[in-house]
Order: sequence, then structure tokens, then C-alpha cells
Amino acid sequence: MQNEKVITAKELTKRFGDFTAVDKITFDVEKGEIFGFLGANGAGKTTAMRMLCGLLLPTSGLATVAGFDVYKKNEQIKKNIGYMSQKFSLYEDLTIAENIRFYAGIYGLSDERIKEKTGSLIKQLHLEGQEKTLVKALPLGWKQKLAFSIAIVHEPAIVFLDEPTGGVDPVTRREFWGLIYEASAGGITIFVTTHYMDEAEYCNRVSVMVDGRIDALDTPANLMKDFSAKSMDEVFLQLARKAVRTGD
Amino acid sequence: MKQFLIFVKKEWLHIWRDRRTLFILIWMPVVQIILYGFALTNEVKNSNIAIFDQSKDEATTTISDEIAASRYFNLVKNVYSYDDIGGTFRQGKIRMAIVFPRNFRYDLLHGNRAQIQLIADASDPNTANTLTNYASAIINDYQQSVNQNEALPYTIKTQVRMLYNPELKGAYSFVPGVMALVLMLVCAMMTSIAIVKEKEMGTMEVILVSPLKPFRIIIAKTIPYLLVSLLNIASILLLSVYVLDVPIVGSLTLLMAESTLFTITSLSIGILISNTAKTQQTAMFMALMSLFLPTLLFSGFLFPIENMPIPLQVISNIVPSKWYYIIVKNIMIKGLGFEAVWKETMILVAMTAALLGISIYKFKIRLA
Amino acid sequence: MQSVLVENITQNYRTKKTVVEALKGVSFSVNKGEIFGIIGPDGAGKTSLFRILTTLLLAESGNASVDGFDVVKDYKQIRNRVGYMPGRFSLYQDLSVQENLEFFATIFNTSIEENYDLIKEIYQQIEPFKTRKAGQLSGGMKQKLALCCALIHKPSVLFLDEPTTGVDAVSRKEFWEMLHRLKLQGITILVSTAYMDEAGLCDRVALIQKGEILSVNTPRGIISEFEKPLWSIRANEMFRLMNAIKDDPSVESCYPFGQYHHVVFKTQENSRQKLEQIAKQGNYTDVEVHPIEPNIEDCFMALMKD
Repeated sequence: MQNEKVITAKELTKRFGDFTAVDKITFDVEKGEIFGFLGANGAGKTTAMRMLCGLLLPTSGLATVAGFDVYKKNEQIKKNIGYMSQKFSLYEDLTIAENIRFYAGIYGLSDERIKEKTGSLIKQLHLEGQEKTLVKALPLGWKQKLAFSIAIVHEPAIVFLDEPTGGVDPVTRREFWGLIYEASAGGITIFVTTHYMDEAEYCNRVSVMVDGRIDALDTPANLMKDFSAKSMDEVFLQLARKAVRTGD
Repeated sequence: MKQFLIFVKKEWLHIWRDRRTLFILIWMPVVQIILYGFALTNEVKNSNIAIFDQSKDEATTTISDEIAASRYFNLVKNVYSYDDIGGTFRQGKIRMAIVFPRNFRYDLLHGNRAQIQLIADASDPNTANTLTNYASAIINDYQQSVNQNEALPYTIKTQVRMLYNPELKGAYSFVPGVMALVLMLVCAMMTSIAIVKEKEMGTMEVILVSPLKPFRIIIAKTIPYLLVSLLNIASILLLSVYVLDVPIVGSLTLLMAESTLFTITSLSIGILISNTAKTQQTAMFMALMSLFLPTLLFSGFLFPIENMPIPLQVISNIVPSKWYYIIVKNIMIKGLGFEAVWKETMILVAMTAALLGISIYKFKIRLA
Repeated sequence: MQSVLVENITQNYRTKKTVVEALKGVSFSVNKGEIFGIIGPDGAGKTSLFRILTTLLLAESGNASVDGFDVVKDYKQIRNRVGYMPGRFSLYQDLSVQENLEFFATIFNTSIEENYDLIKEIYQQIEPFKTRKAGQLSGGMKQKLALCCALIHKPSVLFLDEPTTGVDAVSRKEFWEMLHRLKLQGITILVSTAYMDEAGLCDRVALIQKGEILSVNTPRGIISEFEKPLWSIRANEMFRLMNAIKDDPSVESCYPFGQYHHVVFKTQENSRQKLEQIAKQGNYTDVEVHPIEPNIEDCFMALMKD
């Protein structure tokens, strides 16, 4: 059980014509891990994540997510994962309760379960009395926290977070990571990308993508030792400077 | 299944909460039915006609009364000379004139044949055709009625003359309409979209914080469209003349001058729209609703204005395309000069001045 | 001489049902030739503030001036002399690098040649791409081009609204190096950012949150304003440790900061002992405790709470 692998990837590759966006990446993620997936813009992070979420078909290589093959079972994958990104989280013109209801319904939760979950979610986020507020009235930080909670409403095996804390104030950022820790403690595996290098240090293990390859994969402590760096920021800068691709 | 239903419910909520879309979805069909059901029709009614009765005898009076009483016709004038007819047509006051020759009844009774001339304004060929047909039918009825008691049949021959467009080419009424539509579209809609796009992309912010005077920015944006419009008009005219065989009977210079005026009118509307619209989508929507559709419906090229209920006729007066359409028809198809269109030109000038005035007044030198 | 003077500016946004107070009585001043940072998260009011100072928005109340010119009455003079780079680097995506630069130079009644020295260092990095359409540049290159376009007319004050957001870490660093070299030319630079660590690169900063200024000072000054004792602690069981520390009544706050937690105590007395006691009580392994100096983020979070 300890070493159950929620993600496996072997030489996973994606080519768009001549351009190799993701170049034979190989890595595993264990159940309950908080795994940081780092890389500069254009390094191939987003493409890799899309393949793992079942949204993009790889060109070659193998990968499984929650035990399902990304080539053949992507519908199953979508049922067993959660997803949240900075760019989109919730429907602004629906209320908090309606958003919860919608996503929970999509994931097939029963009516009583939805009711239960709505109650516990509202309580956990201290949003009592605000169920009928439209999401667009919430400040950014609250939206992000709500979006995360909704992304895991169906208790998936793994949740993918694409830069979830961009632009949010430092306190809310940490409260957000508090939610992540709780989820992880509850057995949900977290796969997160971020530009904040201190957040990289909260992860159990971290990988850094450069020019489509994974150039580093280890615990933050080991990486800092290997690169003689005092912080993940320095590690990242050393790796990123070598990059040839400066695209997005 | 439940997942499907919850998605449906969500979509419903989105629509319900977007007041503007809701408004369109519910009111649009209603407005359309009312418009198309009552107001806009190809059916010809109450067309203005004139009668030139050179006999003034029992027969001509009877026929005239029948025609005037018909719901298709509206007798506006009795004319007393051919010149008068020509003048009345030029002024655009009538769609058709009926001419009775001298000694009509005498010829009919003694020679068993008489003639009536129908002169129709064929710059709108469909209407012209319909009107002459109606008139011929009424005359035929009269012919039938007097023939009932006679041994030798009386024949009333109707001679039809189509003014301006003897071959009844549809293109004659349609080309001016397309010119109005194209200018409205290119100038108003594209200009407003171009200005609003700048706002949407964020570059408007940057260029406002520069020595460039805001109004100059706007004018700079409209000039390419002015040139494109003139090019469009030129190409439409070329195609009309050489491919569709629609001649430009009147002065080409005057036509281009009036077109330039109308272009500026449309551009001013475009600027006005861009002042209020915040997104390109809104700009396009406003342009369609306030310009394209009214031009299509109220300029007179698809649906004759005199056939509409009075309230709509009044509305059509504020649609600039209506005036431009009349101007183009008069110059291009009827070959008339400035004297015939000066009133409409003045109206367009006044509209343009008013629109530009409002645009300048409401122009925002800041983002908000 | 004050390059920029802001006095009690308020700004509200009204929608049909609500009023959002974007700026609540903001005041500060910027000296000539300074790099002044406006540091705060999204929604703090940074963009509204910049738009008011660049004369694009009218404040509800309060006064502001740039180079001595009032933002309301003398907006034309301000628009002639400042450089502005709004968020998302507003460039013309379908024009080339060269065309964009020529356009901006011309509308400021100058030419690329006239002030080439000013932008040379930056422009040379994108010059090989000068015929490429701006829409096809990478984030870092767009940033450089946008900066050139804002500088080409030798402005006296430069307003940069979140110029490093969405740009890769290496370009971010290079950008700040470019800004420091620009400072030497005597240009006053106002930069807004949500990245707290960038505060340290400014001469002075204003920390802003929810429309209010929390503090205005040099980075060192802000740090010295932080009064309470600050410790960093780690163990192998970080989550449990954090909860345990937070439960202690003498603790003001405990926040994760990467590999360490930063703990703030309410009072100075015995703070180290108290912390070590908490650590002992929980059977934690590999515990480390250090006293530390606060960084800008620590200060921001403490000020937020008040």
C-alpha cells in the first residue's frame, strides 16, 4: 500500500510536427505524495499534465494514472482525478452552492452525498451563510480555496493543480497549502505545478522540466544539497539558465 | 443520466442570469413575428399614383374611380400634362401614372377599341410589375362589365411603359440597396469593432498615455475604412455596369460624392457605438441591431416603405440608409441631378453633423 | 523633488448591486530617480493606482501629481512625458518588433535613432527577431519589447504594472537587472508586483493590500519595523508540528515557509524556550530551531493581520 503508484510514466513523449514538446520523461508518483512538477513556461509542463489528465494523446511512451492507461482508458482517468487551474476554477455567475452541486453531480455523487459534502465544505472554508453568494463576488483567495475543495469533492485518487496560487496574498496562499496538506493526509495524492519556489519546498518530491526533459527529480532537500543551493529558487535558476527554449 | 441533467440545469442558470441574452431570446421572436406579420410585406398596398385624364368622360371617370377606390392605390394627384407626369415621377411622389387619351369613350363606342397607358416607376421592378398588373386587372374588369350587354366586344388595350428600367431587371433596385448595406457594414460595424478591439487588447491604454490626442486616434482608425469603402463602392459600380448591365444614368461624380457623405455618416455611427461598447462582441451586436437590420428592413429596398404601418414609416425616417437609398436610386437609375436629391442630401448632412457632434461630446479621454 | 505625489486617493468601482472600494485613502511619495515598488497581491488596488497616476482613470477623491503636474488638470503634460507598460504588455500582436517600436517612437514625436542609447542594451537581445510578429515572441521577449516601447521617448517617469507576472524566472531576474541600469539614467521607476521577493530589489516600497497601504519604507526599513520575535523551526513532521505550535496561546502566528515554519510570538519573553518546549512535547525527529530576520513576506503577513 505504501508504494502504490498513482502515476507511472515511462519515456512519455509528445511531438507536434517537428517540435518535441515533451521528450521521453520517466517518473513515478506514489500514493499520498505531494509531488511538485516544476518548469519554466514553454518547458513542456502543461503538455505533460494534459497527457496525464487524459486530455491529450501521447505520441509515444507509456503512462498510467490511478492505474488506468492513458491511451485506452482516459475516460476512467477523468472519473478518478480532480483538476484545478489558475485560469479557470468556477462558474462566476453561479452561487457557491450551485457550483458545488454541479461539480459533485458531474462526478456522479448521490443527492445525499452532495448535501453532506456541501455542508462539510462550507464549514471547512468558513463560508456559512454564503451559500447563495455568486462566486464572482468572492475575493480571489476564497475562489481558489473553494475551487480546490470542489476539485476533490468526489475524493479522487489524485488531484492535478495547475499554478493554483498565482497572484494570491501570502496568507491565503499558505491557507491554501494547509488545505493541500489536509487532503494529502487524507490519502489524496497531489500533483502541483507552481512558480513559487518556496511552495516547491513543501512538496515531498519535485521534478524540474527543461526543454521537454526532466532534468532533476528528487526531494527538495537533496536537490539543494546537489546544487549547493540555499533554496529551491537557486536550484531552479541554475537549471533554467541552461534552457535553450524560451518559448510560450 | 443525473450528470446530464445537472449540466442542463447549469446551462439554464447561465442563460437565466444573463439578462441581455434572455431579452433577445424571448423578445426577438415576438418582434420578428410582429414585423413580418404586419409591417413588412412585399404585398403592395396604398401605392401612390397619378391620373392624367385627357377625356374626362363617363368611362374614364368610372375606371378612375374604381382604381382610386382600390386598396392597392392611393390617388395623390391629377396631372394635366406629360411634363407634369415626368416631374411628379422625378420627385418620387408616385409609383405609377395612368394616362387616358382624348376621346376615350368615343373611341371605345365607335371603334370598339381604346387604349390606356400605364407608366410605372420601374426602379423597383417588382412593385412596378405588381402595380401594372393590378391596374390591368381593374381595367379588364371594367372591360368585362361593359361587354356583357354588347354583341361586338369592346377592347381596352393597356400599354405599359416601364420608366428607368424597361427590362425590369431586379438588379436595378437591388444594387443601390447593396451599396447602402455594404457601406453601413464596412464603415459602422468594422470601425466600431476596430476601436473596441484596441480597448479590449489593452493597447488603447498605452496609446492614450501619449501625446497623441484621443480624437486623432479615432480619426486615424476610420480613415482606412473610408478608403476601403470607396473602393467597395467603385467595385460594386463596376460590377453593376459591366456584369449586371445596370447603367449609371446620372452623374458619376455626384454619386461618388453622395457615397462619400454616407460613408462619413456610417463612420460617425461606428464611432458612437465604440464609445459605449466595451467588447467586440457588444460592438458587433450593437452594429447589427441598430444598423444592419434597420438598413435591411427600413431602407426601402426589400420592403417598400409606403406599405408599412405609419409608425414604422416614421421610424424609417431616422434610418440614414433610407435617404441614401433614395439618393442612389435617383442618380444612378433615374439619372436625376442634384436638384432632385438636395433635400435628402441635407437630411444626411444634418444627421452626420448630429452624430459627429454627439460622438465628440461623449468621447472618453480616459478609460472610465 | 518629488517625482510622484499621492495624497489620500480613493477609488470605487460601482456595479449594479455593489460598490467595491478599490483604493481607500492611499498616500505616498516617490523621489526622483528611485525605483519604487508597489507590492501586493491581485485585487490589492495596484492597477487602479497606476491608472489614476497615468491619467487613465479619475480618482473618486484625493490628489496626485507626476513631475509636479496634477493628474486631473494637467493630464496632457503627463501623457507627454511618462512611459507606461500595463499588465499583459500591450503590444500589437500582428505587428513586428520593429513596427511596434517605430509606432511608439513616432507617436511620441521621436524616432528609434534619437534615443537608441537608452534602449540599446535591452533591444539588442531582441534585435535578431526584429521582423517577427510580436504575437509570436516568448513571454520574456515580449517583456523586453514592451519595456523598449515604454522607454523609447526617454520618459521622466516609468510606470510598470506587473511586468514580471507570467514570465519565466530567468527573464524576471534579467528584467530587474535592466531596471537597475535604467535607474542610473535618472529615470524614476514605479513597479508593481505580486512577488514579495522583488521588494528587496527596490529602493523603497509601499506594501498594499485591499486598497490600503500597509507600510511605506525602504526594504530594510520595513524589516526593522517588525517588532515581534521570529523563529524558524523544522522537523520531519511539519504538518503536525505546525498545528501544535498554532495551538499554543503564546504564539501569534505560525506559517510555512518552504522547508521551515516561521513562528511569531506575541511577546519577547522566553520565546525560544517556549518553542523548544513545544518541539519536545510532540516526539518530533530532526528538529532544528533558528532565530531569523524577517523577510518582506513575513512583514507583509504581520501587517495584514493588524
